[in-house]
Amino acid sequence: MAIDVRIPTILRSFTGGSKTVAGSGETLAELLSDLDSNYPGLKARLITPEGGLHRFVNIYVNDEDVRFLGSLDAKLNDGDTVTVLPAVAGGAFGMAAALALSRPPSPQPTAPALRG
Amino acid sequence: MARFESLLDLCGDTPLVGLPRLSPSADVRIWAKLDDRNPTGSVKDRAAMYMVRAAEADGRLRPGATILEPTSGNTGIALAMVAKLQGYRLVCVMPENVSTERVQLLRMYGAEIIFSPAAGGSNQAVATAKQIAVEHPDWVMLYQYGNEANARAHYETTGPELLRDLPTITHFVAGLGTTGTLMGTGRYLREKNPDVQIIAAEPRYGELVYGLRNIDEGYVPELYDASVLSRRFSVGTRDAVLRTRQLVEVEGLFVGFSTGAVFHAALAAAHEAVKAGRKADVAFLVADAGWKYLSTGAYTGTLAEAESSLEGQLWA
Repeated sequence: MAIDVRIPTILRSFTGGSKTVAGSGETLAELLSDLDSNYPGLKARLITPEGGLHRFVNIYVNDEDVRFLGSLDAKLNDGDTVTVLPAVAGGAFGMAAALALSRPPSPQPTAPALRG
Repeated sequence: MARFESLLDLCGDTPLVGLPRLSPSADVRIWAKLDDRNPTGSVKDRAAMYMVRAAEADGRLRPGATILEPTSGNTGIALAMVAKLQGYRLVCVMPENVSTERVQLLRMYGAEIIFSPAAGGSNQAVATAKQIAVEHPDWVMLYQYGNEANARAHYETTGPELLRDLPTITHFVAGLGTTGTLMGTGRYLREKNPDVQIIAAEPRYGELVYGLRNIDEGYVPELYDASVLSRRFSVGTRDAVLRTRQLVEVEGLFVGFSTGAVFHAALAAAHEAVKAGRKADVAFLVADAGWKYLSTGAYTGTLAEAESSLEGQLWA
């Protein structure tokens, strides 16, 4: 059973730089274990020590979020495409705004770089 | 009555139109809620107005205040209009890789823009926004990703409008950005009909946008509550472009690419209902029209060309 798995840039250090890898399994949990045997360490970046999906990882089976398909128990079929993406809902700018709000103390006043 | 005291009073109450040619059958119909028919041309007018009014009510915004908002476009444009009418200055932080129309629109409405370099991806955007916030502690950030007034705008307006115009609604599909539209509308509809399906479609961008250093730097907006959603789809650029073109070719509906992604998910839900032999009324939200994206060139040429012209851009 062959399932194509798309790996995001930040996790390609585990796949020798490969963008897409192949794996097998009846469920997402089985697929991730199978992948981990070829790409050691990958699974630990996707699943927490408690056994759940990492909060900042989204995994999609044929474009649908597995959290709504039973998470690690999501069923897989031959020919499915699994996509792993880091969670950046709202694009980069949601994160930018969130971090900007947590202002560190003692600001250093400098001239604003306005290009209005 | 189609007379309004000011532009702000025109916000919301947008039309819901059927798409008879793209609906799979008489029993499974697809409806488009035209939120491009808002004062500045996007769904973000609802959130902008609610967030400004909430900040005025709780005293965070005083006359002459400066509002700072990191945005890739529509929220900035909506806030610029509201800020102008209410007497505030607006500074937007945005990436260089947004369409030129957005920049022109923002400046026209009087907003000031600080660009974060596209080359640095999200890391650079984070650094820029953080630096500005440090330098200007008195500027007010409405922070649409965690502002309850954003979701409340949809709970109090979008949701009730949909149920009023389509009491038989079975599915609501919208884009997932700040998550405000889906959280607010979804909660309202679910309260009235526990069986309604709330479906999210999020754009799947090119590598650049996901340029994090590691997984732990990820981000989920504070407004997001997965329990409101029934399903969530990631829609690639090619599918979004294909559906965007299909909407204008078949139904004459000219929308932005994020709406194409949303329609892709709506169509999938509709066809599943047909397969299952169920009746369905699937409503999806048109977040904006296509005008601001014409310069991308992605409305013409082959799908592959369109895909590559949108690569590395924030098209939603």
